[in-house]
Amino acid sequence: MTASSTDLTRGGPPAGAPDPALAPPGAGRGRRRPSRRATLRLLNAVSIVGGIGVWWLLALSGFQFPTPPEVASKAVELWANGTLPEDVLASLGRVLTGFLLGSLVAVPVGFLMGWYTVARGLLEPWIQFFRTIPPLALLPLVLVLMGIGELPKIFVIFLAAFLACVISTYQGVVGVDRTLINAARVLGAKDGTIFLKVVVPASTPFILVGMRVGLGSAWATLVAAELLAAQAGLGYRMQQAQLYYDIATIFVGIVAIGVLGLVMDRLLLLAETKLTGWQERR
Amino acid sequence: MTTTTPTTPGTAPAATAKISVRDVRKTFALRNEEFVALDGVSLDIADNEFVTVVGPSGCGKSTLMNILAGLEEPTSGRALVDGAEVSGPGPERGVIFQQYALFPWLTVRKNIEFGLKVAGLGRAERRERAEHFIRLVGLEQFADALPKMLSGGMKQRCAIARAYAVDPSILLMDEPFGALDALTRVNLQEQLLDTWSRERRTVMFITHDVDEAVFLARRVVVMAARPGRIYDVVDVDLPYPRTEEVRLSPEFAALRNRVWHSVYHQAPASAGR
Repeated sequence: MTASSTDLTRGGPPAGAPDPALAPPGAGRGRRRPSRRATLRLLNAVSIVGGIGVWWLLALSGFQFPTPPEVASKAVELWANGTLPEDVLASLGRVLTGFLLGSLVAVPVGFLMGWYTVARGLLEPWIQFFRTIPPLALLPLVLVLMGIGELPKIFVIFLAAFLACVISTYQGVVGVDRTLINAARVLGAKDGTIFLKVVVPASTPFILVGMRVGLGSAWATLVAAELLAAQAGLGYRMQQAQLYYDIATIFVGIVAIGVLGLVMDRLLLLAETKLTGWQERR
Repeated sequence: MTTTTPTTPGTAPAATAKISVRDVRKTFALRNEEFVALDGVSLDIADNEFVTVVGPSGCGKSTLMNILAGLEEPTSGRALVDGAEVSGPGPERGVIFQQYALFPWLTVRKNIEFGLKVAGLGRAERRERAEHFIRLVGLEQFADALPKMLSGGMKQRCAIARAYAVDPSILLMDEPFGALDALTRVNLQEQLLDTWSRERRTVMFITHDVDEAVFLARRVVVMAARPGRIYDVVDVDLPYPRTEEVRLSPEFAALRNRVWHSVYHQAPASAGR
C-alpha cells in the first residue's frame, strides 16, 4: 500500500484549524483560539459588570429601581423564608413536566410524520394550524375546560414544547440523506434497522434543536400562565409583588427566571455537543 | 483490442456470466414527458472481471448501476446476478457511492462493522474482520476517528473497506473517485487494483474519466446518452498488475485514444459536454 502514506500526510485531520463557519442546525458555538475565547470571556464579564453599574446608577439617580444590593438582600430574604425555593420548585416542576411530556410525544409523532405518508397527511394540517396560535391564546379555553389547577398550565406548556419539537423532528427525518439510507440498504439493513441505526441518529441534531426551541417556548409560556392563574411560582410571585409595589421582588423573579432558563439551555447545549459532535461543520 | 458488434455489445456466453443484463429499458416521467434513461441495454460481466463503464452525463450509467444494486427496478428487461433476477439490494452486491456515504456518527471501525452487525456477526468476529479490512486500506491510524476527521481519499478508502467487509462477490462503484483531486485519484486507483488483486471480486466501476476507465478495466463499456445505451465495448489487453509503466506505455495511449474517441465523438450529436 504505497499510496496510503502519501495520502495520510496529505489529508490528515486539519491540524487545530478552527472552524468558526456556520454550523449545522443549532450548533453555532464554534471552537476558537484560546486567546480569542479569553478575550470574549473578558468582554462578557466587562459587559455584565457594566450593565449592573448602569442599573445601579439609574437607581441612585432617582429612577424607581431598587439598587442591586437591595435586590440581593431581597433574594436572600425570600430564600430564607422559603418563598423563593417554593416558587422555583413550583415553576420548574411545571416547566419540566410540560417540556418533557411535550418532547416525549413530539419525537415519535415527528418520526411518524417523516416516515409514513399517511401519518404526514393526517397530522400535518393540525400541527400547522396550532403552530400559528401562541399556546397562551388557548389558555382561556383551557382554563374553562380544565379548571385552575396544575393541569391547564402544564397543558399549555406541553403544547408549546410539543409544537416546536415536532416540526423540527419531522424536518430532520424528511431531510435524512437518501444516500445514507441506500448505503444501509446495500449493506443488508432492513427497514427497522435503517430506522434505528440511520434515521434516528441522522435526525438527532434536529430533535435537539427542536427541544431547545421548545424549552424556550415552554419557559415563556409558563411565566405568562402563572401570571394569569396560579397559587405559587415565579410568575405568580411577581404578579403579587406588583400589587404591593414591591419592585425588588419583581427583580428577584426576573433574575431567577433568566438564570434558570440559561442553566437549562446550557444543559441541553451540553447534551447537543455530546450527541451531535460527529457533525461536519461546513 | 477487439470489439463486439454494436448490435449486441458486451454480450458473452450467458453460462459464465456473473452479471447479466438483458435488454433493459428504464424510463422516468419528467413533467408529462417520458425520459428514456436506458434503452435496450444488454451486458454480461464474467466472474472476477473488472469492467468500467464510461460515458457522458445523462447516459444512464448510474441508473444501470442502481438497477444492479437493486435500488431501482428496470421498466422492462431483466437484470440477473448469478442467474437470478435482482430484487432489492443484497449483501452479495457491495456498492460504493461517489459521496462516500459513510455514517458520520460512527467511527471508521464502526462504519466498517455496520454491515457485519446487520449480518448478525458476533462482537469478536466483527472486530477481527473490521481490523483486517482497516489494514487492507491502510487506515490503522484512523480506526477510531470519525469521518469528519478524514480527507476525501481516506473516506473513500473507508467506504471501500466497508463494502469489502461484508464479503460481496460483486462490487458496484459509482464514480467513487469523482470528487477527489488527481493525485489522490491515481493513488486510489492503484490501491483499488492492489486490493482487487488480493481479494478478487467482480467489479463494475462507473466513471467519467477515460484514463481511469482504461487503467482499471479489462473491458471498458462506453455508453451514449439520449437514449442511454451501450455505444461501444473496448477490450483492454494490458497485463495486471497495472503499473506506472503500463500507464505510460504506447499501448495504453492507443487504447485511451480509442475510448476517448468513442466517448467524445459519438455518432449522433448527443455526445460532448
